[in-house]
Amino acid sequence: MDNVLKIIMQRLALGLLTLLVVSVVIFVAVNMLPGDFAQAILGQGATAESVAAIRRDLGLDQSLFTRYFDWLGGVVQGDFGTSFASANAANFSGTNSGVTTVAQQIAPRFANTMFLAAVTAVIAVPVSITLGILAALYRNSLFDRATNIFTLSSISSPEFFLAYVLILFLAVVNPIFPSLSNIYEGMAFSERLNKSMLPALVLTLVVTAHMMRMTRAAIINLLASPYIEMARLKGISPMRVIVKHALPNALAPIINVVALNLAYLITGVVVVEVVFVYPGIGQLFVDSVKLRDIPVVQACCLIFAAAYILLNLTADIMSILSNPRLRHPK
Amino acid sequence: MNGISRRGLLKTGAAAGVLGLTGMPLRAQTRGGKLTVGLNGANTSDNWDGRTHADMFMIGAAMGAVFDCLTENGADGSLKGELAESWEASPDAKVWTFNLRQGVTFHNGKSFGADDVIESLQLHVAEGSKSGAQPIVSAITEMKKITEHQVQFTLASGNADFPYLMSDYHLLIYPAGQIDEAIANGIGTGLYAVAAFDPGVRFVGKRVENHYKGDSAGFFDEIEYIAINDNTARMNALLTGQVDAINRIDFKSEALLKANPAVRIQEVTGNQHYTFPMHTDTAPFNDVNVRQALKYGLNRQEMVDKILLGHGQVGNDSPIGPANQYYNADMEQLAYDPDKAKFHLQQAGLDSLTVDLSASNAAFEGAVDAAQLFQASAAASGININVVQEPADGYWSNVWLKKPFCACYWSGRATEDWMFSSAYEAGVPWNDTKWDNARFQELLLTARAELDSDKRREQYGEMQQILSTEGGALVPMFANYVQAVNNRIASPDTIGNLWQMDNCRMAERWSVA
Repeated sequence: MDNVLKIIMQRLALGLLTLLVVSVVIFVAVNMLPGDFAQAILGQGATAESVAAIRRDLGLDQSLFTRYFDWLGGVVQGDFGTSFASANAANFSGTNSGVTTVAQQIAPRFANTMFLAAVTAVIAVPVSITLGILAALYRNSLFDRATNIFTLSSISSPEFFLAYVLILFLAVVNPIFPSLSNIYEGMAFSERLNKSMLPALVLTLVVTAHMMRMTRAAIINLLASPYIEMARLKGISPMRVIVKHALPNALAPIINVVALNLAYLITGVVVVEVVFVYPGIGQLFVDSVKLRDIPVVQACCLIFAAAYILLNLTADIMSILSNPRLRHPK
Repeated sequence: MNGISRRGLLKTGAAAGVLGLTGMPLRAQTRGGKLTVGLNGANTSDNWDGRTHADMFMIGAAMGAVFDCLTENGADGSLKGELAESWEASPDAKVWTFNLRQGVTFHNGKSFGADDVIESLQLHVAEGSKSGAQPIVSAITEMKKITEHQVQFTLASGNADFPYLMSDYHLLIYPAGQIDEAIANGIGTGLYAVAAFDPGVRFVGKRVENHYKGDSAGFFDEIEYIAINDNTARMNALLTGQVDAINRIDFKSEALLKANPAVRIQEVTGNQHYTFPMHTDTAPFNDVNVRQALKYGLNRQEMVDKILLGHGQVGNDSPIGPANQYYNADMEQLAYDPDKAKFHLQQAGLDSLTVDLSASNAAFEGAVDAAQLFQASAAASGININVVQEPADGYWSNVWLKKPFCACYWSGRATEDWMFSSAYEAGVPWNDTKWDNARFQELLLTARAELDSDKRREQYGEMQQILSTEGGALVPMFANYVQAVNNRIASPDTIGNLWQMDNCRMAERWSVA
């Protein structure tokens, strides 16, 4: 187990380094966008003086270098700063009351996104693994082909298109689920679940193909090995061969692909959240990019990057744990 | 009650903009039920501070439901008292006395009086405040509490429109001494008290019992505004019945809404207009003949048909729209006439003219297409318009007011003086045509302090005529406010056209059918 611990520590350190690089890239990229917060918020009122005044108030007239390290210094201490929009609103009124920090702004949105990801995972992971196993069992059958065609076409369609198709069939023609996912704090769990169902189904359609195809391929790959042949010769039923003998050895690649797709559920929800008006982090991200609200954009990107790194790390560890050869290296 | 002050100052109906609809609501409105509305223009930084309000969501929630102003604009364009019962002006329109309504209480139980008015207005001129209503309040040199329910304002110079300006959506009245708390929690005197507010997500209001507006307004028990910034999502929400009404219909999908029998479309022409301002101090636009050549080279009707898909009205190169009191409807309509354009070009001593027109869809949706239509229609008269497509980002700081000929939009203003002094008074920062005309300037100052309504109508009429024939702004079209409502909800026959959604007052004026 010491070995595993060492790997975790190594990967965490590398992950931190990656985050640092990501933060530099994001900071530079956002600053390279034409226009800035002052221009975005003022619209028609963006005269030279008012732009300069807002830039001065927010410290946007400082050099890129200074701003980056000021921000980084705050983040290291757990302070993600104040969103420009909120700081500017306070500035309008000349008081400091009611300024919300980036962390306060993101926390409820992030919780909502996690909820949606959890609902989707609960549906998508069992469905796609089951479909993958069945497809491997009845490979090249009509069932196998139909599943492949369906999942591949759903992953190939743009998310907003899937979303509108589901809205048409499940909200307009047959009003089963609401097309508006405006969940809020204090909503009953059942209602929250009902409202999140359509976005969760769209995300399920998007991630199923990847997981299902990987499960199918990993199992079929193993079916050619001698020990499976042995099991068959013993007269075990095909289902049992797959579930008892092939699946445990196929776990590593399956876990990897599941982890990757879970990360996608957190970072790839932007379009789905906008279409369904789901108050998650993706919607906040879009609004903040439009406003060039750099502190919020930075924090969102860091969360996305951290989600990827952590889930990849989890995937690696899980595949080590699921493989005795890696667990007990010679 | 109606607060029409002496000499019939405000006795001018301006319902002209309401398309084909006149008269007041006839059917009885019933109390009860819930109104759910999907609105755009919401932000995570939204709050109850009127100084920061600029978009539909918060204007509708604050001015339209939770808070009141001193005066309000009726759906027919008349001015009514809200927290003020009546008002009087000195003959030079410099000193205004407002009689406040008695027996009004805030949602927290505090009773309303003169101190609340004075303290709330002072917020807009507080040190460091960048309120949108700062110019209105800074024109007041003295605010005096005469009795508990009477306030006197002294202005730096006479302004006959002062009561109109008090209806501005920034000028919300907060409880004196508790303003920080009122801004944090949304405590006003409006028909609905805040039940839930999640910035950028939703607002829920509950009807206040025993409200001073009585049974004549505020018919719902509960209202819910849901922030839906995405156009398609807003339409879906209406079609699937999750909201009862939405603002800002996408013209391209309007036909789909029309095909749905459960939904009706409300459309009014207000003051929102799209313009092509020319710098009248820069060659070649400093020559009035060049400006007139361009005026006749512009096919306004084609732009209304193709850019607004018919949802608008042709403009006449004046920024005063049908929602204004002194809208001059008698002016001769400028029309596309290549021969006249050619004639004016010759008058300017030119055979042909080549100008750059800067445009971007940041100016208004379809601005680049509009510029290209202009290019095509002007070409017939030997005018070569070179359309320069500018980046949307930074358009308002790099192009508008800087390039001598560009595309622009104005949401319009409630009064003529307000509009003219924002963009057409000599020397003001947003004068995007560098307009400086002696007669126009003289009329502007006289009309501002004139209390006689007939005289003002004449003066403002002449000013609109000057702009139409000589002015530097081409105003090809006024864009309609288009919104959709489920038939479950009844609305009065006359819909306000000053702002979208019945002047943002749907919570007050609509009811369950």
